[in-house]
Amino acid sequence: MLIGNYKETYAADEAILRTPATRVWTVVALGAALAFPFLAGDYLLYLVNLMGVLAIGALGLNILIGFTGQISLGHAAFMGIGAYGTAILASRFGLPFWITIPAGGALACAGGMVVGVPSLRVKGLYLAIATLAAQVILEWVFTNWTSVTGGIRGINVAPASILGFPLDTDTRIYFLILGVAVLHFVLATNLRRSRWGRAFVAVRDRDVAAEIVGVNLFRTKILSFMVSSYYAGIAGGLWVYFTKVLTPENFPLSLSIQFLAIVIVGGLGSIPGTVYGTVFMTLVPEMLKAGTGLVRGVWPDAQSYLFPLRDVVFGLLIVVFLIFEPHGLAEVWNRVKRFFSLWPFAK
Amino acid sequence: MAEIPVATTEDRDILCVEGLSLSFGGLAALTAVDLSVRAGSITGIIGPNGAGKTSLLNCISGFYKPQSGRVSFDGRDVSRVAPDRRAALGIGRTFQNVALFEGMSVLDNVKLGAHARLRSGILATMAMTPGARREEMRLREEVENEVLDFLEMEHLRHRTVGSLAYGLQKRVDLARALAMRPRVLLLDEPVAGMNEEETEDMARFILDVQEERGVTVVLIEHDMGVVMDLCDRIAVLSFGERIALGTPAEIACHPEVIRAYLGEEAA
Ligand SMILES: Nc1ncnc2c1ncn2[C@@H]1O[C@H](COP(=O)(O)OP(=O)(O)OP(=O)(O)O)[C@@H](O)[C@H]1O
Ligand SMILES: [Mg+2]
Repeated sequence: MLIGNYKETYAADEAILRTPATRVWTVVALGAALAFPFLAGDYLLYLVNLMGVLAIGALGLNILIGFTGQISLGHAAFMGIGAYGTAILASRFGLPFWITIPAGGALACAGGMVVGVPSLRVKGLYLAIATLAAQVILEWVFTNWTSVTGGIRGINVAPASILGFPLDTDTRIYFLILGVAVLHFVLATNLRRSRWGRAFVAVRDRDVAAEIVGVNLFRTKILSFMVSSYYAGIAGGLWVYFTKVLTPENFPLSLSIQFLAIVIVGGLGSIPGTVYGTVFMTLVPEMLKAGTGLVRGVWPDAQSYLFPLRDVVFGLLIVVFLIFEPHGLAEVWNRVKRFFSLWPFAK
Repeated sequence: MAEIPVATTEDRDILCVEGLSLSFGGLAALTAVDLSVRAGSITGIIGPNGAGKTSLLNCISGFYKPQSGRVSFDGRDVSRVAPDRRAALGIGRTFQNVALFEGMSVLDNVKLGAHARLRSGILATMAMTPGARREEMRLREEVENEVLDFLEMEHLRHRTVGSLAYGLQKRVDLARALAMRPRVLLLDEPVAGMNEEETEDMARFILDVQEERGVTVVLIEHDMGVVMDLCDRIAVLSFGERIALGTPAEIACHPEVIRAYLGEEAA
């Protein structure tokens, strides 16, 4: 049980890893993460890579929705901007991943700035519709601007490489995804605890009071859109090197909805919750698949009936969590932790 | 850092409201209101419910846009300046029904008051550059020493604001406004809903802010004891018009004021 961590200085009180226990756990988790690809099977590794990419994107959406209280249904399209930016720079100009991925992020960030502009005037449903429009328009551009995006034929990208060493297997790309993901989770944690993170939450909670204490609403919302879509863009860039082929249907509206589901199920505004949400929402379709496998003997067509259920299940989960567990899995996990930190005194 | 006592009331207006009119649909909330506030003074605004007191503060802080008239701060016309810029210029305020960020800690609420004074860009804060880190640490020390210690609420720093009693929330609201390092502090009913002890504490804080920091205070209050004790000058609003302006002694025997208040009681 952790009691009485007396913080001697303000610096210690403000530090991220405040207790020795959290520091130990962080090291243990990092060790496990480094050993993981050598122990896991191919399919599990593939899933975890996918989760890593999605988690970065979802974290961006959580900064927008969870921190700042702005909605977006165009998150997948921003991921697409980053992916196309990265893929084009890599395939046409032969630039290395450490330039193409950040450049994709920057491009998505610029897109986010443009799409964020209506947020000063419109809120809620109207903002949802404006961002939905961005999603539809961008998808159309990905498909039809053939000279740049390659249209439905897409773009093939060579594996990322470090000093001539290609990251061409799932094990190797895993380390790139892990590194980028850890970096971006740290950046978001810093952000949350800074003046801008506070301003984001202030805008979410009470925009009038925020403005009257000196927070510029427009700049703050735009910044949030920019950070959010930058994260999506980085996720898109990693996606390119992960799948090595890029087509317009990689970034449909249903992926935007999936991001939304991750954020809501994981916990609005919770950084660790974004991880729980990503893991959970990536496993749900897997469980559906496993389910259809089990009943195949008695119901051979199960796959074709149940697979479209995926989107229905996502929608249901969003609704169920919003109603019954609005703080998401992060809060469930906190309850579990509280239970064990008091155990055996709690019943 | 020792606080240097600043001479009280200066011979200069820091805040000037001229011919301010504001209406909502057909309802005139303010009609040609004039008010000038001496630098370093405490000015009270009183009047019956619905007289337009809060509306007047809202016009000064920029939240409401009056149909006509102007507001000038420190000799500068700020009528067209956005609320967040007015805050940055030095107009701080608290709210009648505390408008705090309830899910955040006391510390974060108070730190937010300083937002406009901080310089770190968003990239610097994400990367936690040494500069951004230093600024955040300096802010923390400043908030602890200048605000939390002063308002006797260090022990509450990590409490979630929503979990605090109403009287304490009012104090957090003041703390957040002080973190803005305002030159003019607009207080909307700072002791409303407080018990006697809390009221006395709050009155003492307000006096200290004015005397030790030289902050000009404009306060709306229904508690006549507090108003009479604290204020150098009092303005009286009734149905959106400023019907009187004077020292507490003048106001106490002003016939129109007595009528406005008795009229309210009779109604
Ligand atoms: N946003 C608004 N929309 C419509 N009417 C408003 C608005 N704000 C204030 N009013 C109206 O303007 C008039 C003045 O309101 P105001 O809140 O300024 O009064 P007040 O003097 O602060 O009263 P109280 O002592 O009850 O706080 C009231 O009739 C009120 O209903
Ligand atoms: Mg009022």
